[in-house]
Amino acid sequence: MTAATDNPNTASRKLDTGKERQARIVGAILIVFALLVMFAFAPDQAGNATFRLSRPTDVWVLPNLVVPSGPFIYVSAALLAFLGVRQFVRGGGKWTSLSLGVGLAILVLAFLVWATTGKAFSLTGMLQATMVRAVPIALGGLAGVLSERVAVVNIAIEGMLLAGAFTGALVGSVLGGMGGLVAAIAVGGMFGFILAALVVTYRMDQIIAGVVINLFVLGLTSYISSQVFQEYRFLNNAPVFRAIKIPILGDIPVIGPMLFNQNIFVYGALIMVAVATYYLFYTRMGLRARSVGEHPQAADTLGINVYRTRYVNVTLAGMVAGFGGAWFTLGAVGRFDEGMTGGRGYIGLAAMIFGRWHPVGALMAALVFGFADSLQQKLALLNTPIPSDFLAMAPYIATIIVVAGLIGRARAPAADGKPYIKE
Amino acid sequence: MTDQATKDLMSRKLLGRTEFEDMIVVPVFAIIVALILGALTMLATNVDLATVGQSYVALLRGSVGSLNAISETLTSAAPLILAGLGLALGFRAGLFNIGAEGQLLMGGMAAVVFGFSFPNVPSVILMPACLMTGALAGALYASIAGWLRAATGAHEVISTIMLNLISYRLLDYMLRLPFVQKEGRSDPISKSVPDAAELPRLLTFIDPNLRVHAGIFVTLLAVALVYWLLFKSKLGFEFRASGENPEAARFAGMRSGLIIVLAMAAAGGLAGLAGANQVLGVLGRATPGFSAGIGFNAIAVALLGRSHPVGVLFAGLLFGALEAGGRQMQVDAGVSIDLIGIIQALIIVFVAAPLLVRAIFPWGFRKSSTTRQ
Repeated sequence: MTAATDNPNTASRKLDTGKERQARIVGAILIVFALLVMFAFAPDQAGNATFRLSRPTDVWVLPNLVVPSGPFIYVSAALLAFLGVRQFVRGGGKWTSLSLGVGLAILVLAFLVWATTGKAFSLTGMLQATMVRAVPIALGGLAGVLSERVAVVNIAIEGMLLAGAFTGALVGSVLGGMGGLVAAIAVGGMFGFILAALVVTYRMDQIIAGVVINLFVLGLTSYISSQVFQEYRFLNNAPVFRAIKIPILGDIPVIGPMLFNQNIFVYGALIMVAVATYYLFYTRMGLRARSVGEHPQAADTLGINVYRTRYVNVTLAGMVAGFGGAWFTLGAVGRFDEGMTGGRGYIGLAAMIFGRWHPVGALMAALVFGFADSLQQKLALLNTPIPSDFLAMAPYIATIIVVAGLIGRARAPAADGKPYIKE
Repeated sequence: MTDQATKDLMSRKLLGRTEFEDMIVVPVFAIIVALILGALTMLATNVDLATVGQSYVALLRGSVGSLNAISETLTSAAPLILAGLGLALGFRAGLFNIGAEGQLLMGGMAAVVFGFSFPNVPSVILMPACLMTGALAGALYASIAGWLRAATGAHEVISTIMLNLISYRLLDYMLRLPFVQKEGRSDPISKSVPDAAELPRLLTFIDPNLRVHAGIFVTLLAVALVYWLLFKSKLGFEFRASGENPEAARFAGMRSGLIIVLAMAAAGGLAGLAGANQVLGVLGRATPGFSAGIGFNAIAVALLGRSHPVGVLFAGLLFGALEAGGRQMQVDAGVSIDLIGIIQALIIVFVAAPLLVRAIFPWGFRKSSTTRQ
């Protein structure tokens, strides 16, 4: 309100105020971070934080990384304060999102150093766990990208993950891991097809359709799990895919164990992200799919079959989510538990928005969530005074901040969520 | 957000042929198809035909077959109706609030804390005050998502889902706080609500096991209040106008941001009331996950009730009956109560996609599918 009275003359001025206000908000957040690092992390700063970079069994052993806590925390606080003040005084443009990103990274590093002070901590192990935990989120996000690029909002990712997990366990117990994996992909694709049928052909509200699929899958898998698995336990005892180490590359310190000594789900996720990027942005099919998401009328006029494109892409999204779902059973524990996906599908959706509707962006965002997830696990070992409940909340709060557009405003495909009725 | 059917419903007063079909015929067909598909699911999981029949008899008996069954149905229905009313209000204002679960947890928690903090206040004051505290906590929690939507455009679906996930952790944390945790317990469980704060049970003079409590009056009052708010008040008109056409509402001088926050707050208040109703009437204390999915089932109730207060009342009663009957079914026929979840989801599929029901049942409908573009 005040901005309008201060500059009543120009319209362009008014358009800027949103960004300026955003820049100031980010500046204030960064200054709060600086104060937090300065005062909350400073008291225990005597001593060093030791990060182990390799394990004794590794081929090439790196020395431990020893960080003096006190200086590191003061430097972090100073950097954050500088970024904040700079943002406050003359922020705006692309600097806003960059500063906030860098600021968050500094905050996390300072926090890690503070929590590890006087102790040792395996950085490699945590990065490996980050990658593993990012897989279902990244695949969920990728499924979201594929369907939202053709303007179908996909809340049903959670249900598709759950269906994939369930099918993986059931079929995997009978036919072995590979059979379970193929079946999980098929069932995921089936739910993608059902979603497409509901929203494209029967023009059901897309969010309602997604919510209903989630409820249905949760009900069905819980029912079968308590009705059948209780009695026939051998049906819920699937083999787990072991890690495959890629020769030479797997021996590289730090990133070797993270990227090249994992099971097929990690490799599969990385390959799928690459293939999806190529498909969406470098092929004719992908261009058509994106045009359906941006302006279905125009696409239709040019002879693209809007309905078929939506069916195909949403089914593909379901298959990706089914693969991601199989991770929970075939890639981790080998058995299905009721509701075991625990909201990862929704976090995948947030990763998609965080990653600005781009497969690589979704993967990066998923890594951030995976990092927070594994951080929470490891910090329980380090005995920090912060309750673990609050650490567990951190990724969700970060998601809200992201969705609120504080880290650069992401733009959804123009026709996202709207049904298309052919004239 | 609202589908065409809801829009038709809102724009007309008289019950025409199409409205009748949408409000009565479609839900009835939906329930029948869902029950048939439920039976097929049972058959597919190696349940023999006799047991299928037995379980549906048990479903009926456990929901309306006896005084105890009706009491259970009403007890299960009350929180579903309350939270469903809140969601319906949100849908009318064009807000898809998935966060009833979290709002319910926050409301219930606040009611419990308020209750045991003032154990010596007489019931006439304490009980309503606890309910109000619950409603207020739910309203505040929901208005975070409302404010984010109004101020930054963050979509309420994502932010309410995140607020749900946050609320689980927050609840776990709060239940371990020294002044909340029950004395002498190491697991997360709150102190009990004092008797003065509890919603009194109504039929204990017949049988002390009848659980139906004064919460049903609160529920009926809320139905009337929401009806008045939506259809008789200026604010309700503004809610509906913003839901129908936000642009037009803004040009008519309505403050869209404020309306979003108020609508979310009202929705959260009702969900919070549902939580307070649970802890004060049924549970007596707060435990992790005491919401037991009510907030998610309430979405289904609001959709089934076509976002109309009276529709929500009946939908809530139906879902309450399914829950109560499902428990009986589990005991009598040994069929898992999770089957009810499948049936509920199927009902919603068919109700939310009238075109699908029309495709399955071409008879029973006038050739109306062409008129509703």
